[in-house]
Amino acid sequence: MKRLVNLTPPPAGKWLLGVAPFVALIIVYALASEARLEINPADKLLPSFGSMKNAMVRMAFEPSKRTGDYLFWTDTLSSLKRLGTGIAIAAVLGLLIGIFTGAIPVLSAAFSPLLTALSLVPCLALLPVLFIVLGLGELSKVVLIAMGVTPFIARDVQRRAREIPVEQLIKAQTLGANTAQIIMRVLLPQLMPKLINAVRLSLGAGWLFLIAAEAIASTDGLGYRIFLVRRYLSMDVIIPYVVWITLLAFLFDYLLRRICQRLYPWEFA
Amino acid sequence: MIAAKNVWKRYGEQTVLERINVTVAEGEFVTLVGTSGCGKTTFLKMLLGVESISRGSLTLAGEPIPGEPGEDRGIVFQQYSVFPHMTVLENVVAAIGFSKRGCTGYLFGQEKAAAVTLSQTMLTKVGLNNATDKYPHELSGGMRQRLAIAQALMAKPRILLLDEPFGALDPGIRADMHALVLDLWCEHKLTVFMVTHDLKEGFHLGTRLWVFDKPRIDPQAPEAYGATITYDLSTSRRSDADMQAIIQ
Repeated sequence: MKRLVNLTPPPAGKWLLGVAPFVALIIVYALASEARLEINPADKLLPSFGSMKNAMVRMAFEPSKRTGDYLFWTDTLSSLKRLGTGIAIAAVLGLLIGIFTGAIPVLSAAFSPLLTALSLVPCLALLPVLFIVLGLGELSKVVLIAMGVTPFIARDVQRRAREIPVEQLIKAQTLGANTAQIIMRVLLPQLMPKLINAVRLSLGAGWLFLIAAEAIASTDGLGYRIFLVRRYLSMDVIIPYVVWITLLAFLFDYLLRRICQRLYPWEFA
Repeated sequence: MIAAKNVWKRYGEQTVLERINVTVAEGEFVTLVGTSGCGKTTFLKMLLGVESISRGSLTLAGEPIPGEPGEDRGIVFQQYSVFPHMTVLENVVAAIGFSKRGCTGYLFGQEKAAAVTLSQTMLTKVGLNNATDKYPHELSGGMRQRLAIAQALMAKPRILLLDEPFGALDPGIRADMHALVLDLWCEHKLTVFMVTHDLKEGFHLGTRLWVFDKPRIDPQAPEAYGATITYDLSTSRRSDADMQAIIQ
């Protein structure tokens, strides 16, 4: 018998082992739900898969009686718009700040302490300030996401910029490169895959800020809907919404990873 | 062309190099040997312009060596000398682009076509003409160093600095690389400084061999004295007796 640390499952076994916990989770839920519904058919805490499906059909494929919208899709669309805009702004700002403070010592000396301090500010605590200053519209939500995620991306890009071997920078200089050329040709291309990875890691925080902002002040969005139907204990809506958010998060992570592999094959050597 | 007058290098209390007095004429092939940590790489970095000089003067054609790397001094390191995100051809074309003004060094149109032709000629010379579209991570160690040398030569440096360029290569490949370096040295009329661990390599390649060692050692304060050039041999003699003497 091999030591446990040397025991690796065969490919098929690995797949099975990975799927098993998901299946187990679903079975446990189904059993618990059934047990509760048997005692009280009106129980709302653990709805059956059937009632969740009905709720989702209602949300996604029947127009809302009040507004005529297909709520599930309008919620998804407005949430993704906010998240996408916020993250895109954060990625651009983070890349610029990170690359300049990472490559130019004078800028690093001037702005790194500020960046460190800003990254420690708990952004959610500033949400009221944003609402006061920017109003309750889209802007404050997008700004919250951008503010929350930018320092993380900027610091990550900065660290990665400094990790690029100094030999490459010296080599470029012996070939006659000026500062702009070094940044554009040596640093920027090598930092792009690192930026995509930083965005992947920061998407979790992005969702957090999005849902928090929507929960407090919004008229649509996935986070808004979850917090709205909480008043009616509508677990049959909340659970599918949470699963949907998780699925979207997984999908974006997967897509970003594939894009990264596609565009930057040398990164995965 | 290069003149060192009483050059010292100190880090705080620690003396790394002391009393270095040498002159090197254009076209010489100097090999620097010595034990680890005896300052031969430090001396190379001074020539490169990334290490400052604590005392004395180091001049190139009468002018002090600038405090940063420049086009007149090419470098090949043991590793990380090529750009991993560019293909072999792009690496060499970028070297041409960097010598132009502008913010990106990207070349377009005729300029680009000319650069590609020039690069392909150089790559053929170093034996990489079949690998132009590969990325550095797809190359063997020897091929990567060939690329690094080709790239360094595109800037037409007067001086080529080699920091243990073949230290990580197999012996068979090393012999090929030696032939290549000697070839290019003759063809481009370079002045070469090469740091190596391998004394035989030093004797074989150089026209001149410097041995770095500490002539004085204070057992109470081993950091007090630095290394200097203890042997400065013209290796055209290439006598085994010399080599034996140094090994002792």
